[in-house]
Amino acid sequence: MNFTLKVWRQKNRNSEGRFESYTATNITPDMSFLEMLDAVNHDLVEKNQEPIAFDHDCREGICGSCGMFIKGRAHGPQKGGAACQLHMRSFVDGDLITVEPFRAQAFPVIKDLIIDRTAFDRIMQAGGFVSVNTGGVPDANAIPIPKTIADEAFSAAACIGCGACVAACKNASASLFVAAKVSQLALLPQGQQERKERVEAMLAQMDKEGFGSCSNTYACEAECPKEISVSNIARMNREYLKAALG
Amino acid sequence: MTLDAKIPDGPLEKKWDTHRFNLKLVNPSNKRKYHIIVVGTGLAGASAAASLAELGYRVTSLCYHESPRRAHSIAAQGGINAPKNYPNDDDSIWRLFYDTVKGGDFRAREANVYRLAQVSGSIIDQCVAQGVPFAREYGGLLDNRSFGGAQVSRTFYARGQTGQQLLLGAYSALSRQIHKGQVKFYDRRDMMDLVVIDGQARGVIVRNMINGELETYIGDAVILATGGYGNVFYLSTNAKQSNATAIWRAHKKGAFFANPCFTQIHPTCIPLASEHQSKLTLMSESLRNDGRIWVPKQKGDKRSPKDIPMEERDYYLERLYPSFGNLVPRDVASRRAKEVCDQGRGVGSTGLAVYLDFADAIARNGKQWVEEKYGNLFDMYQRITGENAYQTPMRIYPAVHYTMGGLWVDYNLMSTIPGMFVLGEANFSDHGANRLGASALMQGLADGYFVIPYTIGDYLATNKFKPVKEDHEAFTESKKAISEKTEQLMSAQGKRTVDDLHKELGKILWEHVGMARNEAGLKKAISMITALRKQFWSDVRIPGKANDLNPELEKAHRVADFMELGEMIARDALHREESCGCHLREEYQTDENEAKRNDKKFAYVAAWEFGGTGKAPKLHKEALKFENVHLTQRSYK
Amino acid sequence: MGTFTNIYRSSVGKKFIVGLTGLFLCTFLVEHLAGNFLLFVNDGGAAFNEYSETMSHNIFIRTVEIVLFLAFFFHILTATILWWRNRKARPKNYTQNHKSANSELASRISFLSGSIVFIFLVIHLRTFFVPSRFFPSENPSMYDLVVFAFSSTWYCLFYLAALVLLGYHLRHGFQSAFQTFGIRGKKYQSLVEWIGVIFWLLIPLGFASMPIYFLWTTHFGGMN
Repeated sequence: MNFTLKVWRQKNRNSEGRFESYTATNITPDMSFLEMLDAVNHDLVEKNQEPIAFDHDCREGICGSCGMFIKGRAHGPQKGGAACQLHMRSFVDGDLITVEPFRAQAFPVIKDLIIDRTAFDRIMQAGGFVSVNTGGVPDANAIPIPKTIADEAFSAAACIGCGACVAACKNASASLFVAAKVSQLALLPQGQQERKERVEAMLAQMDKEGFGSCSNTYACEAECPKEISVSNIARMNREYLKAALG
Repeated sequence: MTLDAKIPDGPLEKKWDTHRFNLKLVNPSNKRKYHIIVVGTGLAGASAAASLAELGYRVTSLCYHESPRRAHSIAAQGGINAPKNYPNDDDSIWRLFYDTVKGGDFRAREANVYRLAQVSGSIIDQCVAQGVPFAREYGGLLDNRSFGGAQVSRTFYARGQTGQQLLLGAYSALSRQIHKGQVKFYDRRDMMDLVVIDGQARGVIVRNMINGELETYIGDAVILATGGYGNVFYLSTNAKQSNATAIWRAHKKGAFFANPCFTQIHPTCIPLASEHQSKLTLMSESLRNDGRIWVPKQKGDKRSPKDIPMEERDYYLERLYPSFGNLVPRDVASRRAKEVCDQGRGVGSTGLAVYLDFADAIARNGKQWVEEKYGNLFDMYQRITGENAYQTPMRIYPAVHYTMGGLWVDYNLMSTIPGMFVLGEANFSDHGANRLGASALMQGLADGYFVIPYTIGDYLATNKFKPVKEDHEAFTESKKAISEKTEQLMSAQGKRTVDDLHKELGKILWEHVGMARNEAGLKKAISMITALRKQFWSDVRIPGKANDLNPELEKAHRVADFMELGEMIARDALHREESCGCHLREEYQTDENEAKRNDKKFAYVAAWEFGGTGKAPKLHKEALKFENVHLTQRSYK
Repeated sequence: MGTFTNIYRSSVGKKFIVGLTGLFLCTFLVEHLAGNFLLFVNDGGAAFNEYSETMSHNIFIRTVEIVLFLAFFFHILTATILWWRNRKARPKNYTQNHKSANSELASRISFLSGSIVFIFLVIHLRTFFVPSRFFPSENPSMYDLVVFAFSSTWYCLFYLAALVLLGYHLRHGFQSAFQTFGIRGKKYQSLVEWIGVIFWLLIPLGFASMPIYFLWTTHFGGMN
């Protein structure tokens, strides 16, 4: 297979970027999208040009490093997977593929397709934890948790922090990301003690980081590689209102 | 130098408690005077950084990812062991200890393994308290499942994402300390060197991966929790960035490297599809419970699997191991798969795969039953290969997965460099020659949450630390050496990409230092690696600039270290003239082609001291004493 | 008051205000439509005129009217602030963005549909509310105002177009408000969707029936 790529190249945080065109040749359908980029980069290095910089690590859809908007979609044209799990068989031979970084005020571009998502970490630092120190905790089975609640908490906790929700949202809102953590800890008994402070602190940090607000288009849920439900956003809103009014 | 593992005296069950009592404490108000550097933010690093900060130490945490949450611990699927005995199937600390020592083919320290089993229960308590959503029963209590190498159910899990959930728990504890200011966290920093002053580890030099600047971090102790070195093989189940640079450079500064040849090859991975493939993906080995493994009897039989009649198929594991069948341990299953492929009977376009067939399970129990049990794995397989495994058998092949070897540490997890501690997969401590499933997460968290917080205090309380500054010559010299190395890499301007050279190294290792090893092959590998290393330094091509975000340069530094480490793995494998665990020397097999240990000669930890690049390292031996378990030969016939 | 300003300062709080005022405005639509149906009473507009008369003099209605205007004000102001911030949250847009793959048009254009409805609202008030409320003596009865306005084909088309957009606005807005309040789940979701149909489909259709009726009678039938 052969493809024409239109890839966003940007030297650093402060410089203006632009699109460059590349051709990817001799690509096999079983190559992943990142392996296709590896092949393009290999050719670039052989031509003594700087390869395309992109974040990647586990390449099995769990580390959340991928931050690319491929053919107009966060993580490309597939449901429920990160860019590293996208294979070239999802494209038609000869396709023109536009690749740009996730775009948001809160996710500045560092270089080419590499973005800075540390805003997510700062939101987590604001309250995405249970304040327990190591040691001195009760036995794991001391507090039973209904299976349905534990399962629901897990589904929220499955978030990989990739930022596809922000990328897909027309408002670049981080609501689904924040809601996933708020929801997980609001569901579990361990999270009850700091329930009120947590949601307020995390949302305040989200606003401070310059993310937009949710206008309920549900694009985040549709593009989330872990298919995290927007019902978590509803729960977060409820938590917030209870905290703010209570 | 003689190796002192500092294993406490007394009965096995009392060793850790006695030792803890004898450890010196740092007074609470003095803790803030000590500064600890933690490199790596996976399970071991994040849990250590958080726990030490909670105690009051000032902690600097460094990682090469953009966020601590992206460390490769996140990819662990199966679960984490703890002998809670919740299922009432007669599990105990002793049983977990015994299974682990036996699973490691009697090449681990009894005392370490016992301590691991002792603290593992607390890990589960801790994680639950952090809000880790483990799987539960309808009654609301925690669920357990069984895993390879054990006859009890002691594995706690969170769907297929246990590593992720545990890491996010440790990450949340770390985040809390970062917010409090107790931990200073720096992202996108690649450790380039360990700095030793007056015989003490006192700091690290890191490369800021965004602007290429070399930065200095000074502390009273340094903890490396930087993971395993499986990527030396190029293709592995490790993340692409996983590397050995931190431990290797510490090794070059005096830390001994233990049992480097103990590398685990996992049997159920999705096989290589093409030369371009960048990594391998593991599928849970639970698939072997219901799938049957086979290859055609005929060499080079390229027929579609459904056209190969039953009598022309070789269910080789069932044939060779009638009692264990497809459920033989990881090392045996891997080795036999390689053997049939070497005979030319491998399947798929590359001939490097065997079938894992669910046709019988589907015929017996129905597709729905298989779907309920393994649906997510079948989906994953389809996503990667584009094939529907309900209709055609899966193709699997072994892949490098975990490295039991690592930097040598004593019972306190301190390396041979005073003040440098090594945790998690980066050290060698607990798994011997083979790691059992669901015990990597256990070890990483045990080290970080429940061992290092105590043992590091003793080191700090019993040593004096001269104040040092950034302009100390040890730092400036180290920086200079790194800059020169970088300059040498950048200026080579050869013809080959870093990945090309890395792939070639990987092939040599996979071929000769992989699942089955022999003297001739290992000697050949050593000379091939030596030649390749020369070529690397003269023929590598790195575009771009050194003082910029430059992924090719990052890789080059890592591969430069792999070129040296690869040779040491081969040397260690060559010297160990026995087969044990995952290390199979073809010369040392039983009549039935099984691993044959030589406990008389090799019941020791091989700890290698760096002797200079291209020079033979010096071997130190730490004898392993087995006072509580009886050494036996494994058999699965 | 402190609580309110705190809530208003946060983005979720602002969304809450938009949702709350939006739902209040929806209840007004019900009342407005019910009253307007008096236009169809075959009495030359007597009942309708009497209704409008009551609406402009009843003290209770006048009080609610203030609340209504406040609701409009906060709904529009808050939505505009959010819209402005949301624009700032993505200063550089995608070159290629396949939005239809992940969301519905109605939800993506809610600010646009709301803005056009707002323009309609201003014209609508100018046509009916301002003359009858502030200059009743200089103007004909409300019924005659309606008949006059709906005799213009252009006015009717504009009115209908605005109603289509109102439908779009409510199609997103109604269920969205419940999501913002945190009322979402298997139990309520279908109920919310069904009640939503009343607001985004039936009510705009009800309003649309009036210009269509008057346009029809003006051009094709005699006036009663």
